[in-house]
Amino acid sequence: MTALQIIFLIVSALLLVSAFMVVTVPNLVRAALWLIAALFMTGVVFVLLDAGFLAVVQVVVYIGAIAILFIFAVMLTRRVMTDSGPQTNANWWLAGLFSLALFGGISWILLGWDGANASAPAIDPGLDTVTRLGTELVNPDAFILPFEVASVLLLAALIGAVVVAWERD
Amino acid sequence: MIPLSWYLILAAALFCLGLYGMLARKNAVAILMSVELMLNAVNINLVAFWRYGDPNQVVAQVFAIIVFAVSAAEVAVGLALVISLYRNRRTVIAENVDLLRW
Repeated sequence: MTALQIIFLIVSALLLVSAFMVVTVPNLVRAALWLIAALFMTGVVFVLLDAGFLAVVQVVVYIGAIAILFIFAVMLTRRVMTDSGPQTNANWWLAGLFSLALFGGISWILLGWDGANASAPAIDPGLDTVTRLGTELVNPDAFILPFEVASVLLLAALIGAVVVAWERD
Repeated sequence: MIPLSWYLILAAALFCLGLYGMLARKNAVAILMSVELMLNAVNINLVAFWRYGDPNQVVAQVFAIIVFAVSAAEVAVGLALVISLYRNRRTVIAENVDLLRW
Protein backbone atom coordinates (compact mmCIF):
# COMPACT_ATOMS: atom_id res chain seq x y z
CA MET A 1 0.00 0.00 0.00
CA THR A 2 1.54 3.23 -1.11
CA ALA A 3 1.28 6.64 0.53
CA LEU A 4 -1.09 7.80 -2.20
CA GLN A 5 -3.47 4.96 -1.44
CA ILE A 6 -3.43 5.76 2.27
CA ILE A 7 -4.16 9.42 1.51
CA PHE A 8 -7.01 8.37 -0.78
CA LEU A 9 -8.51 6.11 1.91
CA ILE A 10 -8.35 8.84 4.56
CA VAL A 11 -9.89 11.42 2.21
CA SER A 12 -12.67 9.13 1.06
CA ALA A 13 -13.46 8.10 4.64
CA LEU A 14 -13.75 11.78 5.60
CA LEU A 15 -15.86 12.46 2.52
CA LEU A 16 -18.28 9.62 3.22
CA VAL A 17 -18.56 10.49 6.92
CA SER A 18 -19.35 14.12 6.07
CA ALA A 19 -21.88 13.07 3.44
CA PHE A 20 -23.50 10.72 5.95
CA MET A 21 -23.75 13.54 8.47
CA VAL A 22 -25.31 15.80 5.81
CA VAL A 23 -28.17 13.39 5.27
CA THR A 24 -28.71 12.40 8.92
CA VAL A 25 -28.01 15.40 11.19
CA PRO A 26 -31.31 16.96 12.38
CA ASN A 27 -29.94 20.49 12.75
CA LEU A 28 -29.85 22.04 9.28
CA VAL A 29 -27.11 24.57 10.05
CA ARG A 30 -24.88 21.69 11.07
CA ALA A 31 -25.90 19.79 7.95
CA ALA A 32 -24.82 22.80 5.86
CA LEU A 33 -21.44 22.87 7.62
CA TRP A 34 -20.98 19.15 7.01
CA LEU A 35 -21.91 19.79 3.39
CA ILE A 36 -19.03 22.28 3.18
CA ALA A 37 -16.69 19.59 4.55
CA ALA A 38 -17.96 17.08 1.99
CA LEU A 39 -17.54 19.56 -0.89
CA PHE A 40 -13.99 20.35 0.25
CA MET A 41 -13.12 16.66 0.40
CA THR A 42 -14.47 16.26 -3.14
CA GLY A 43 -12.02 18.99 -4.14
CA VAL A 44 -9.21 16.98 -2.53
CA VAL A 45 -10.30 13.95 -4.56
CA PHE A 46 -10.00 16.11 -7.70
CA VAL A 47 -6.44 17.01 -6.66
CA LEU A 48 -5.66 13.30 -6.27
CA LEU A 49 -6.94 12.87 -9.83
CA ASP A 50 -4.54 15.59 -11.16
CA ALA A 51 -7.43 17.94 -11.96
CA GLY A 52 -6.16 20.97 -10.05
CA PHE A 53 -8.26 23.50 -11.93
CA LEU A 54 -11.47 21.65 -11.12
CA ALA A 55 -10.44 21.49 -7.46
CA VAL A 56 -10.06 25.28 -7.40
CA VAL A 57 -13.41 25.70 -9.17
CA GLN A 58 -14.97 23.30 -6.66
CA VAL A 59 -13.78 25.40 -3.72
CA VAL A 60 -14.70 28.73 -5.33
CA VAL A 61 -18.09 27.81 -6.81
CA TYR A 62 -19.38 25.21 -4.38
CA ILE A 63 -18.02 26.40 -1.04
CA GLY A 64 -17.87 30.07 -1.95
CA ALA A 65 -21.29 30.39 -3.52
CA ILE A 66 -23.54 27.35 -3.21
CA ALA A 67 -22.85 26.53 0.45
CA ILE A 68 -23.37 30.19 1.39
CA LEU A 69 -26.71 30.15 -0.46
CA PHE A 70 -27.70 27.06 1.52
CA ILE A 71 -26.83 28.74 4.81
CA PHE A 72 -28.86 31.80 3.79
CA ALA A 73 -31.86 29.61 2.93
CA VAL A 74 -31.59 27.73 6.23
CA MET A 75 -31.46 30.99 8.16
CA LEU A 76 -34.42 32.47 6.25
CA THR A 77 -36.66 29.44 6.80
CA ARG A 78 -35.47 28.45 10.22
CA ARG A 79 -38.39 29.16 12.51
CA VAL A 80 -40.87 26.70 11.04
CA MET A 81 -38.61 23.67 11.28
CA THR A 82 -37.68 23.05 14.86
CA ASP A 83 -34.62 20.91 15.32
CA SER A 84 -36.46 18.41 17.48
CA GLY A 85 -38.69 15.70 16.11
CA PRO A 86 -38.06 13.34 13.22
CA GLN A 87 -36.45 14.85 10.14
CA THR A 88 -37.25 11.92 7.89
CA ASN A 89 -40.56 10.93 6.37
CA ALA A 90 -42.40 7.67 6.98
CA ASN A 91 -40.68 5.87 4.12
CA TRP A 92 -37.08 6.42 5.27
CA TRP A 93 -36.43 2.70 5.65
CA LEU A 94 -37.59 2.13 2.07
CA ALA A 95 -35.24 4.90 0.91
CA GLY A 96 -32.36 3.31 2.83
CA LEU A 97 -33.13 -0.09 1.40
CA PHE A 98 -33.29 1.31 -2.12
CA SER A 99 -29.98 3.16 -1.71
CA LEU A 100 -28.26 0.08 -0.31
CA ALA A 101 -29.63 -2.04 -3.16
CA LEU A 102 -28.36 0.49 -5.70
CA PHE A 103 -24.91 0.56 -4.08
CA GLY A 104 -24.83 -3.24 -4.03
CA GLY A 105 -25.83 -3.39 -7.67
CA ILE A 106 -23.18 -0.87 -8.77
CA SER A 107 -20.49 -2.65 -6.75
CA TRP A 108 -21.52 -5.99 -8.20
CA ILE A 109 -21.27 -4.65 -11.74
CA LEU A 110 -17.88 -3.07 -10.99
CA LEU A 111 -16.52 -6.33 -9.57
CA GLY A 112 -17.37 -8.12 -12.79
CA TRP A 113 -15.87 -5.46 -15.06
CA ASP A 114 -12.35 -6.01 -16.39
CA GLY A 115 -11.48 -2.35 -16.79
CA ALA A 116 -12.11 -1.55 -13.13
CA ASN A 117 -8.56 -2.36 -12.07
CA ALA A 118 -6.94 -0.19 -14.72
CA SER A 119 -4.12 2.03 -13.55
CA ALA A 120 -3.82 5.60 -14.71
CA PRO A 121 -1.72 6.36 -17.80
CA ALA A 122 1.14 8.76 -17.22
CA ILE A 123 0.32 12.35 -18.07
CA ASP A 124 2.45 13.80 -20.86
CA PRO A 125 4.76 16.33 -19.12
CA GLY A 126 4.25 18.81 -21.96
CA LEU A 127 0.48 18.79 -21.47
CA ASP A 128 -0.91 21.88 -19.76
CA THR A 129 -4.46 20.89 -18.91
CA VAL A 130 -5.65 24.36 -17.94
CA THR A 131 -4.44 26.00 -21.17
CA ARG A 132 -5.87 23.13 -23.14
CA LEU A 133 -9.21 23.42 -21.39
CA GLY A 134 -9.35 27.18 -21.91
CA THR A 135 -8.62 27.01 -25.63
CA GLU A 136 -11.03 24.10 -26.15
CA LEU A 137 -13.84 25.99 -24.37
CA VAL A 138 -13.70 28.91 -26.82
CA ASN A 139 -12.71 26.93 -29.89
CA PRO A 140 -15.52 26.99 -32.50
CA ASP A 141 -14.59 23.45 -33.53
CA ALA A 142 -14.82 22.16 -29.97
CA PHE A 143 -16.93 23.28 -27.02
CA ILE A 144 -18.00 26.85 -27.66
CA LEU A 145 -21.66 25.87 -28.03
CA PRO A 146 -21.97 24.12 -24.63
CA PHE A 147 -20.01 26.99 -23.10
CA GLU A 148 -22.43 29.59 -24.44
CA VAL A 149 -25.44 27.45 -23.54
CA ALA A 150 -24.11 27.28 -19.97
CA SER A 151 -23.85 31.05 -19.80
CA VAL A 152 -27.40 31.47 -21.12
CA LEU A 153 -28.56 28.91 -18.54
CA LEU A 154 -26.86 30.84 -15.73
CA LEU A 155 -28.44 34.09 -16.90
CA ALA A 156 -31.87 32.43 -17.06
CA ALA A 157 -31.38 30.99 -13.57
CA LEU A 158 -30.33 34.39 -12.25
CA ILE A 159 -33.43 36.10 -13.63
CA GLY A 160 -35.65 33.16 -12.67
CA ALA A 161 -34.42 33.14 -9.08
CA VAL A 162 -35.04 36.87 -8.73
CA VAL A 163 -38.54 36.56 -10.22
CA VAL A 164 -39.47 33.56 -8.09
CA ALA A 165 -38.21 35.01 -4.81
CA TRP A 166 -39.57 38.51 -5.49
CA GLU A 167 -41.78 39.72 -2.64
CA ARG A 168 -45.07 40.88 -4.09
CA ASP A 169 -47.34 43.06 -2.01
CA MET B 1 -1.17 3.69 -7.80
CA ILE B 2 -4.86 3.85 -7.00
CA PRO B 3 -7.04 1.53 -9.12
CA LEU B 4 -9.95 3.08 -11.01
CA SER B 5 -12.46 0.95 -9.11
CA TRP B 6 -11.69 2.75 -5.83
CA TYR B 7 -12.84 6.06 -7.28
CA LEU B 8 -15.91 4.45 -8.81
CA ILE B 9 -16.88 2.77 -5.52
CA LEU B 10 -16.38 6.06 -3.68
CA ALA B 11 -18.59 7.88 -6.19
CA ALA B 12 -21.23 5.13 -5.96
CA ALA B 13 -21.29 5.36 -2.15
CA LEU B 14 -21.57 9.15 -2.27
CA PHE B 15 -24.36 8.94 -4.85
CA CYS B 16 -26.30 6.42 -2.75
CA LEU B 17 -25.95 8.56 0.39
CA GLY B 18 -27.30 11.51 -1.57
CA LEU B 19 -30.13 9.38 -2.93
CA TYR B 20 -31.06 8.28 0.58
CA GLY B 21 -31.10 11.87 1.77
CA MET B 22 -33.16 13.00 -1.18
CA LEU B 23 -35.78 10.30 -0.64
CA ALA B 24 -35.92 10.36 3.14
CA ARG B 25 -35.48 13.96 4.29
CA LYS B 26 -38.51 16.11 4.98
CA ASN B 27 -36.99 19.55 4.71
CA ALA B 28 -36.79 20.91 1.17
CA VAL B 29 -33.42 22.61 1.81
CA ALA B 30 -31.99 19.28 3.01
CA ILE B 31 -33.30 17.61 -0.15
CA LEU B 32 -31.41 20.17 -2.25
CA MET B 33 -28.25 19.47 -0.22
CA SER B 34 -28.59 15.77 -1.02
CA VAL B 35 -28.92 16.61 -4.72
CA GLU B 36 -25.61 18.48 -4.44
CA LEU B 37 -23.98 15.36 -3.02
CA MET B 38 -25.25 13.32 -5.97
CA LEU B 39 -23.93 15.86 -8.48
CA ASN B 40 -20.54 15.71 -6.76
CA ALA B 41 -20.51 11.94 -7.07
CA VAL B 42 -21.16 12.25 -10.80
CA ASN B 43 -18.30 14.74 -11.10
CA ILE B 44 -15.90 12.37 -9.34
CA ASN B 45 -16.86 9.70 -11.86
CA LEU B 46 -16.32 12.04 -14.82
CA VAL B 47 -12.90 13.20 -13.65
CA ALA B 48 -11.83 9.64 -12.76
CA PHE B 49 -12.70 8.44 -16.26
CA TRP B 50 -10.80 11.41 -17.72
CA ARG B 51 -7.69 10.53 -15.71
CA TYR B 52 -7.82 6.79 -16.40
CA GLY B 53 -8.89 7.13 -20.01
CA ASP B 54 -7.05 9.54 -22.25
CA PRO B 55 -5.76 12.60 -20.32
CA ASN B 56 -5.13 14.39 -23.62
CA GLN B 57 -8.87 14.66 -24.21
CA VAL B 58 -10.37 17.42 -22.05
CA VAL B 59 -13.98 16.58 -22.89
CA ALA B 60 -14.63 15.08 -19.45
CA GLN B 61 -13.38 18.22 -17.73
CA VAL B 62 -15.67 20.31 -19.94
CA PHE B 63 -18.49 18.02 -18.91
CA ALA B 64 -17.61 18.52 -15.23
CA ILE B 65 -17.60 22.29 -15.69
CA ILE B 66 -21.05 22.14 -17.29
CA VAL B 67 -22.20 20.12 -14.28
CA PHE B 68 -20.86 22.89 -12.02
CA ALA B 69 -22.80 25.52 -13.96
CA VAL B 70 -26.01 23.46 -13.98
CA SER B 71 -25.81 22.74 -10.25
CA ALA B 72 -25.24 26.42 -9.49
CA ALA B 73 -28.32 27.30 -11.55
CA GLU B 74 -30.32 24.51 -9.91
CA VAL B 75 -29.45 25.64 -6.39
CA ALA B 76 -30.26 29.29 -7.13
CA VAL B 77 -33.68 28.49 -8.56
CA GLY B 78 -34.41 25.75 -6.01
CA LEU B 79 -33.64 27.91 -3.02
CA ALA B 80 -35.66 30.77 -4.50
CA LEU B 81 -38.57 28.33 -4.79
CA VAL B 82 -38.11 27.25 -1.16
CA ILE B 83 -38.04 30.85 0.05
CA SER B 84 -41.11 31.72 -2.01
CA LEU B 85 -42.85 28.63 -0.67
CA TYR B 86 -41.98 29.60 2.88
CA ARG B 87 -43.33 33.08 2.31
CA ASN B 88 -46.66 31.84 0.95
CA ARG B 89 -47.32 28.66 2.91
CA ARG B 90 -45.15 29.07 6.05
CA THR B 91 -43.63 25.63 5.55
CA VAL B 92 -40.50 24.10 4.06
CA ILE B 93 -41.56 20.49 4.64
CA ALA B 94 -41.85 18.82 1.28
CA GLU B 95 -44.77 16.53 2.12
CA ASN B 96 -46.93 19.43 3.33
CA VAL B 97 -46.79 21.02 -0.10
CA ASP B 98 -49.79 19.28 -1.63
CA LEU B 99 -51.29 22.16 -3.57
CA LEU B 100 -51.34 20.14 -6.78
CA ARG B 101 -52.35 16.86 -5.20
CA TRP B 102 -55.73 15.71 -6.32
